[in-house]
Amino acid sequence: MNENEHSNQGGVGAAAPTCAAAAAHPPVETCVSKIDASCRVPLLALFGGAALWLVLGLVLGILAMMSFHKPDMFADCAFLTFGRAQAAANDLLLYGFAIPAALGVMLWIFSRLSQAPLALPIVPIAAANLWHGGVLVGTISILLGFSTGHPWLEYPRAAAVLLFAGFMLVAVSAAATMGFRNHRELYPSHWFLFAALLWFAWSYGTANLFLVSNHAPRGVVQAIIDWWLTNNLLFVWLALAGIGIAFYFLPKLAGQPLAGSGYAVFAFLTLVFFGTWCGIPPSAPVPAWLPTISAFAALLSLIPIIAIAIIAMKTVWGSGTACMGGPFCFIRFGTLSFVASGILYVSEFCPRYSRGLDFTWFNFGVTQWQLLGFAGMILCGAIYEILPRVMQRKLPFAFLAKANFYLFAGGVVLYVIPLVIGGVEQGMKLRDANIAFADASSAALIFLRISTTGQLVILLGALCLLLNIFVMTMQWKLGLVKTFVTAVKDSLVEGSAYQPLPCDKEAKP
Amino acid sequence: MKTGFSVFLAAFVALGASWYGLVYGPVKQLGGAKETTILQSSDKWPLQRTGDATLGLQIYRAAGCAACHTEQIRQTGAVNVILLTDLGVHQPADFKEFMKSLMVVPELMNYSNTIVGNLENWNGELPGTLYRGDSGDAVSELGKRLKPLGIKTEAGIVARGADIARGWGYRQSVAADYLYDAPVQLGSLRAGPDLSNIGVRSPDANWQLQHLYAPRSIVKNSTMPAFRFLFTLRKKMDGQDAPDALVLKPEFAPAAGYEVVPTAEARQLAAYLVSLKNNAPLYEAPFTPITAAK
Repeated sequence: MNENEHSNQGGVGAAAPTCAAAAAHPPVETCVSKIDASCRVPLLALFGGAALWLVLGLVLGILAMMSFHKPDMFADCAFLTFGRAQAAANDLLLYGFAIPAALGVMLWIFSRLSQAPLALPIVPIAAANLWHGGVLVGTISILLGFSTGHPWLEYPRAAAVLLFAGFMLVAVSAAATMGFRNHRELYPSHWFLFAALLWFAWSYGTANLFLVSNHAPRGVVQAIIDWWLTNNLLFVWLALAGIGIAFYFLPKLAGQPLAGSGYAVFAFLTLVFFGTWCGIPPSAPVPAWLPTISAFAALLSLIPIIAIAIIAMKTVWGSGTACMGGPFCFIRFGTLSFVASGILYVSEFCPRYSRGLDFTWFNFGVTQWQLLGFAGMILCGAIYEILPRVMQRKLPFAFLAKANFYLFAGGVVLYVIPLVIGGVEQGMKLRDANIAFADASSAALIFLRISTTGQLVILLGALCLLLNIFVMTMQWKLGLVKTFVTAVKDSLVEGSAYQPLPCDKEAKP
Repeated sequence: MKTGFSVFLAAFVALGASWYGLVYGPVKQLGGAKETTILQSSDKWPLQRTGDATLGLQIYRAAGCAACHTEQIRQTGAVNVILLTDLGVHQPADFKEFMKSLMVVPELMNYSNTIVGNLENWNGELPGTLYRGDSGDAVSELGKRLKPLGIKTEAGIVARGADIARGWGYRQSVAADYLYDAPVQLGSLRAGPDLSNIGVRSPDANWQLQHLYAPRSIVKNSTMPAFRFLFTLRKKMDGQDAPDALVLKPEFAPAAGYEVVPTAEARQLAAYLVSLKNNAPLYEAPFTPITAAK
């Protein structure tokens, strides 16, 4: 992994070009400094916004939960009432944080795997601005009461158009980078991440065209389409993006090849073919064939979850790499979270369990686990691994990056486990009609108190991420100004200040 | 998975199939649904909402009420019930004797323990439950045997399940119930009770308004946030209460000389809540409103 060592001064890390890429190994990249540099501004634009939205989403989530601790707190404040603040917080975590951060990591992985600089680097910069603009418009709309009323599709049309346009532009750049690759062989991460591009565009586009249009279908079909979208974003999309990223970093960080490429094909195909049919709850007031298909698909979705668990375990096992709160820790925790939250998610579609789990905090907890424990962990780990490379400078606060891991890990456990347990208990009480409803719902309050503590801990972790990215960006901008000033000065004194990058010299065959 | 095209193809076929099954299929099957007819009636279902209630649905959406409230009733099956409503000229003791003699009828033999048990617990009050169970045959047989004697019974189907037992509805929710909802807000969390039938449980709009303004003035340990932003606090005109001012308990009432009046949004939301009813038997979700026999 010498070619991946951090380098303070631009481009010293470039190694001799070799083409000894085993099928199960991410190819050994050449001239990485040039590739990394090509990703710099697009990634900063995507990651910076994502970190900001993560913090804001967590803050809004905490404010929303305050309604359960002090019910009259926001009685005079329409935009912080639970229904609005919680919807805005959820969307900030998914659309504000998880998706743009995953897109940024994806662009970098694609150009690394392609052994070519990012294609059309200006496009994702514009796209990031469109995307973040869309998130801003959407969040403000929800808080002002202009949500569409469809869970996970709350952003009104103006915001949805911006998001969709931004995503398509990133997808163009990502697909072009993948298409013009110098290293022709595809790696498993390619499959997952490339499928994720198609997945979001299709499901988000479909849902918006059907539901956020002037001719929405009548009646309960709206709910069915929304369930389809929710499942395809929260379960399948996050799995495709998160596991695609984990399959790139786990072997690199463990220093071992990805175990069993055959397994990976199997996991990928079963995930896309079975996972996408889940989503219709067993008790839904719809024709019975719909929840039946979902229940069956959910059972089959255990196959890819277990396959991914086996691949990840075999890849990491015996690597002897100490993680010490570094990116390896993040990505291992995230993969573990994927398996655990995936199994819980799938169990919600089993008719036998759903009678007790429906309409409780269980589903809420599992969703937050998927978003923060799985996607959030893997993405933060990837960002900490990538940022020093693309910026070609060290993290300003390396200890905060480690603190981020421990805060996230503790926070996620404190946040979601009480919700899951409280949900099961609430569900058992709801099933018994002799227990008054008010007692059943107030029994969950103690669990909510613990989980809000968890949210606060996660927020501290997210602040570490934001601080690192923010200070790094500022340092870089300051550096740019300094370079500019020296260049102007030098040119006034004598000749050109241009120094060829190391890659320009080495890239000759 | 050797080329980008094969990856694209796999993803395309996988997502396309689920799109066809879970989006296109339901749109074809249900997207053109029309109103249905209530069972044993010529009335249409669902009912068209009043203008205020239709606007109120948008307030419900804007405030995100569906984050804590569901609008769907589950049931775990149904049960046949036959109630005794009138003994005619007969005495309860004679009736009990007669019923015991009926237990040799083949349709009733399997249920004789249940029926006799019910009779022994029965203290002569009307209506009394003769049989409650899975067998529709036993119910119709009992009705058939008792009718010629001038004994009146009422048979019906009752939905079963915790939601029904809590009084949240009469039957499970079905697709037809949501025809006029735009958007359809089923909800996924019951931090608060189900609202499918709130218009039957609390039909008084003033109750709804008071509850929205100060939930704990009505339900002591309610966890619902107050929605005071839907109301206006203003000075009384000439010291007189306005006709639409809320009547509140002293500890929730505003300072002397002030009154709380609902805004248009609050009134619309209350109208919407009152319009939520789950009390019509449908072909796909039958029940008999036997409570009417009392």
